[in-house]
Amino acid sequence: MKEFKLLGSKPTRHGFGMGLVELGERYDNVVVLGGDITGSVMTSFFRDKFPERFFSIGIAEQNATTIAAGLALSGKIPFFSSYSAFAAFRNADQIRISMCYNEANVKIGGGHSGITVGPDGATHQSLEEVSLLRAMPNLTLIVPADYEESRKATIAIGEMHGPAYLRFGRSPVPMFTSVEDSFEIGKATQLTEGNEVAIIACGLMVWEAVLAAQELYKRKGIKARVINNSSIKPIDYETITKAAMECGCIVTAEEHQVHGGLGSAVAEVVVKNFPVPMEFVGMKDRFGGSGEPEELMVHFGLTWKEIYASALKSIERKEKGFIGVRKLTEIESMID
Amino acid sequence: MNFSPKYSEKVFENKKRNADEFGEIALELRRDIIKSLALAKSGHSGGSLGIADILSVLYFGGYLNIDPLDSKNSLRDKFVLSAGHLAPVLYSALARRGFFPIDYLPTLRKLGSKLQGHPGYDMNLPGIESSTGSLGHGISIAVGMAMATKLIDKTKQKIFCLTGDGELQEGLVWEAAMCAANYKMDNLCWIVDNNDCQIDGRVKDVMSIYPLKEKFESFGCNVIEIDGHNYDEIMSAFDKYIENMENNSGKPMVIIAQTFMGKGVSYMEDKYEWHGNPPNVEQAIIALKDLGEEYSN
Repeated sequence: MKEFKLLGSKPTRHGFGMGLVELGERYDNVVVLGGDITGSVMTSFFRDKFPERFFSIGIAEQNATTIAAGLALSGKIPFFSSYSAFAAFRNADQIRISMCYNEANVKIGGGHSGITVGPDGATHQSLEEVSLLRAMPNLTLIVPADYEESRKATIAIGEMHGPAYLRFGRSPVPMFTSVEDSFEIGKATQLTEGNEVAIIACGLMVWEAVLAAQELYKRKGIKARVINNSSIKPIDYETITKAAMECGCIVTAEEHQVHGGLGSAVAEVVVKNFPVPMEFVGMKDRFGGSGEPEELMVHFGLTWKEIYASALKSIERKEKGFIGVRKLTEIESMID
Repeated sequence: MNFSPKYSEKVFENKKRNADEFGEIALELRRDIIKSLALAKSGHSGGSLGIADILSVLYFGGYLNIDPLDSKNSLRDKFVLSAGHLAPVLYSALARRGFFPIDYLPTLRKLGSKLQGHPGYDMNLPGIESSTGSLGHGISIAVGMAMATKLIDKTKQKIFCLTGDGELQEGLVWEAAMCAANYKMDNLCWIVDNNDCQIDGRVKDVMSIYPLKEKFESFGCNVIEIDGHNYDEIMSAFDKYIENMENNSGKPMVIIAQTFMGKGVSYMEDKYEWHGNPPNVEQAIIALKDLGEEYSN
């Protein structure tokens, strides 16, 4: 089993903030729009370094998104950042038409995503935006797994032409990718070798998937293939289909509703190309609540333990030989 | 009855004109609107007719510095039609300024046409600066464009935008107004098409937006009220905007243009019922007659 060298832990939002500064240094036409909470989403790094290219728009996500479209149609590369709870929903109409239909070169950094924003509670815990944004034509959607990947993904979406959304979080997460690791939009990364079950995850659930794989090997001798699927759209058809073919069963894990998120995206690829039993770890069609991030992950079932149990279940289904088929008496919903 | 209207081949220059020269252009635009909408069998007649005079001055009176032969010039002025449902009059103005062939006009709203029901930026239609149609977006986009020229590129480009009046019920519009004043965008010319009509009725009955002048002034804008069918007043308002920009007034310019929905067509004038409907063939023939053209098959 591959050993991972942890380089400490840092929030993915810091990676976004640092990536923005690097982009600012490389490109004069990168501009940033603030939505009041610049110190939380780390656009403050850019503001302090390039004050002449930073514009405060106030608490007005709809306006910031359409202003960004106007700037993009004038040759700028605007980044707007706020919490995902507001930067994907309040402005969904603006994202759809002025950003995506216009193919405007607008980038949104959606911060404080998922339940790990913690004590702020359900209003601030965005768990639906992947589902919403995945359906937008022309949009690139990335959910980085750690600090380093977040930094690289920020630069990558800045350097591509077209609308993009980066979803990142508030709490520190283990840093397991290194500066040398490559990041490419549209590519998933295989983290561990294994052919018995594939665990496909994004965001902070990637590290939980690694922990689950380590426990599966330690306790059961099961070799799981962990895949970091940070590029939700475009999605890596080849890596996912290969995982289905070679492992025969799949578990997805995400800090997001089980409806419409990464799990659904992977299921679309799998059902279309090589159907195998799948299990889904994520929020089970409910709102979050106040608490510390670690407590919430345990409470809502977003840890390696749920991934571990789902892996065993998917292997059992595979071994029954039904290729994902259940009897009518065995039907389960997504939230059972 | 088969309706196959002929479109004139006339194109007009963009130059300083006397007020009495615009009538002919506006009449041409209005005839195009009637023909295209009757052929499309859907679309927004009343509002398109209502702003034909304003667009005649804007596109053919030497105010909007754009070039059909160089439509993507980075130093061009821009006009954003925030009220995207008024697309037919914009298409006609662009065609008659030579941005694309007049042959495009009868394809309005048809499969494969570049003339989408609401302007689509993905159509790569020369002269269209953004997709619009979800009300409120266009003015906010125009604010972004005004920021790009004034605050980032430091160029002297004029940014025009036209919103409806019912459109002002959208909250985004006021976010844009706040931002334009906050950033002292004296290079923004915001035209409000104030015909007091929206699909459900009179604006004042559906949801009042009044008093309008005072609202914009309290947001920090310079406001002029004009008769949107009087060419002298339209020209004078645009001249004041240019002065406003050149004097660095620090205030966005808002022109509240009193207009009549359906202007020029007797049975449509000031009737909100004509907001979202096209004329049928018989109605189109009457409308064309009102606009000085005898239809013959």
